[in-house]
Amino acid sequence: MKRPGAERLAFAAYAWLAVFFLAPLALVFKLSLSHTALALPPYAPQLHLGDGLPGLLAFVRALDFDAYGRFVRDRIYLDAYLSSLGYAAVATGVLLAVGYPLALAMARAPRRWRPLLVGAVTLPFWTSFLIRIYAWTAILGPAGLLGSDAAIYIGLTYAYLPFMVLPLYAVLEREDETLREAAADLGATPWSAFWTVTAPLSLPGAAAGALLCFIPMVGEFVIPDLLGGPRTLMIGKLIWTEFFANRDWPAACAAAMALVATLALPIALYRRLERRR
Amino acid sequence: MRAWRWAGRGWIVACLAFLYLPILLVVAWSFNAGRLAAVWSGFSLRWYEALFHDEALLQALGVTVRVAVLSATLATVLGLCAGLGLARPRRLPAPGLFATAVYAPLVLPDVLLGLSLLLLFVSAGVARGFWTVAIAHATGAVAYVAVVVQARLARVDPSLEEAAQDLGAGPVKAFVTVTLPLIAPAVAAGWLLAFSLSLDDLVLASFTAGPGSTTLPMRLYSQIRLGVNPEINAASTLMILAAATAAGTYALVLRRTRNLGSA
Repeated sequence: MKRPGAERLAFAAYAWLAVFFLAPLALVFKLSLSHTALALPPYAPQLHLGDGLPGLLAFVRALDFDAYGRFVRDRIYLDAYLSSLGYAAVATGVLLAVGYPLALAMARAPRRWRPLLVGAVTLPFWTSFLIRIYAWTAILGPAGLLGSDAAIYIGLTYAYLPFMVLPLYAVLEREDETLREAAADLGATPWSAFWTVTAPLSLPGAAAGALLCFIPMVGEFVIPDLLGGPRTLMIGKLIWTEFFANRDWPAACAAAMALVATLALPIALYRRLERRR
Repeated sequence: MRAWRWAGRGWIVACLAFLYLPILLVVAWSFNAGRLAAVWSGFSLRWYEALFHDEALLQALGVTVRVAVLSATLATVLGLCAGLGLARPRRLPAPGLFATAVYAPLVLPDVLLGLSLLLLFVSAGVARGFWTVAIAHATGAVAYVAVVVQARLARVDPSLEEAAQDLGAGPVKAFVTVTLPLIAPAVAAGWLLAFSLSLDDLVLASFTAGPGSTTLPMRLYSQIRLGVNPEINAASTLMILAAATAAGTYALVLRRTRNLGSA
């Protein structure tokens, strides 16, 4: 049995995450079962711990799944939800198509160039996200593309490219060159050596990159808001609007819970991938 | 073979152009005398001058920098603790849940974190303002710091710390005097990362800010929604400059980490 080490300090992080991450998520769930009300805060019922057990029981009885019912019945929620998944899925495909050849070319570049190339791909990530998307409004506006689906795909590809390229590059860069040489010795062309050796070996990187892009893109707000049109529906933008403009907090929370439930699976997949590395 | 190599290099150039052209265009436009982006009407610094007389913007900048320093410091302390937990999970309760809670904010959409924190502050009756934004930013950045710290911790020999304990140091003292100096560059890099994330954030701040705590991205966002404005170009250029400086420092600090690792 080892003595306790400094990992006891981790309890501070446990406590912080419990208060500022897990508890708030529980609150979102609670609120998604409430009703809108003309009050401050704009929902009912409210839980008053001073009322004791009867108050708690009355509170629980007043909760229901109305907001979720609206989520399913009201076309706008379901449409926003499905179209977010659609945008994110298509953009992930585009990102793979753009990012894979880029990562491959970076991994096969002369060794002394590689750190510089990684730096060049990462640097825009340090620049304000808002500013970079704003730059596209200034470019796409005069081109007449602002508000189109194409504008959203350009914005998503632009903003998330580093997240796709870096995990891919990490895998491709480690690839053993002798494997490809062996394939060539056995008569494979570079093309078939790629598909039989490199591509299968890089699958974990491709999966990690795809998940790393797909998950936040589903809930993206700034890109659909600034580059999309008034009819662009995405769940992140919808949550924002319900919250700030319509003040329908239960609906916003129900949409948020649906988003969490949907993203739980890809997040779990991503964690598995990370652990295996 | 050769054709493939050149195709690859061409693609690298094309992608880098795609990544950098918008940024460079904003920088170029910020020096344009005219109001229209499409027409070049001569070099001018008038938008920078306008910027320095924009009281609301300067106030937002002040708030943003203060929030960023505070939240980055909080996130670094917490991220250090979280990184320790991730690197040495054996003797902690529920390490799986803990790791998920640490990593989840890394990928979860900001809208979710912002919304849930706002609900927390509302139901706890906390007035929103400077502190709530700083807490939100710290919470969002803990994961980033933890990942950077954990990567460095994984390469530190734990027997060093045990030796210090054998010589009579308490566990925390052993960590602070032995391990912490070894991972200091990673901690500094984590701070810079958290700092720049905070400077950049729009969504978390919009949910958790109150009157008087409008941040620079919030201010810029409301102006961007009104249309392209040369003053935004000037502000953007300055922010790009700041970001490039932060990124350069981060790279230098991390390089030191690597050198230490090989020593």
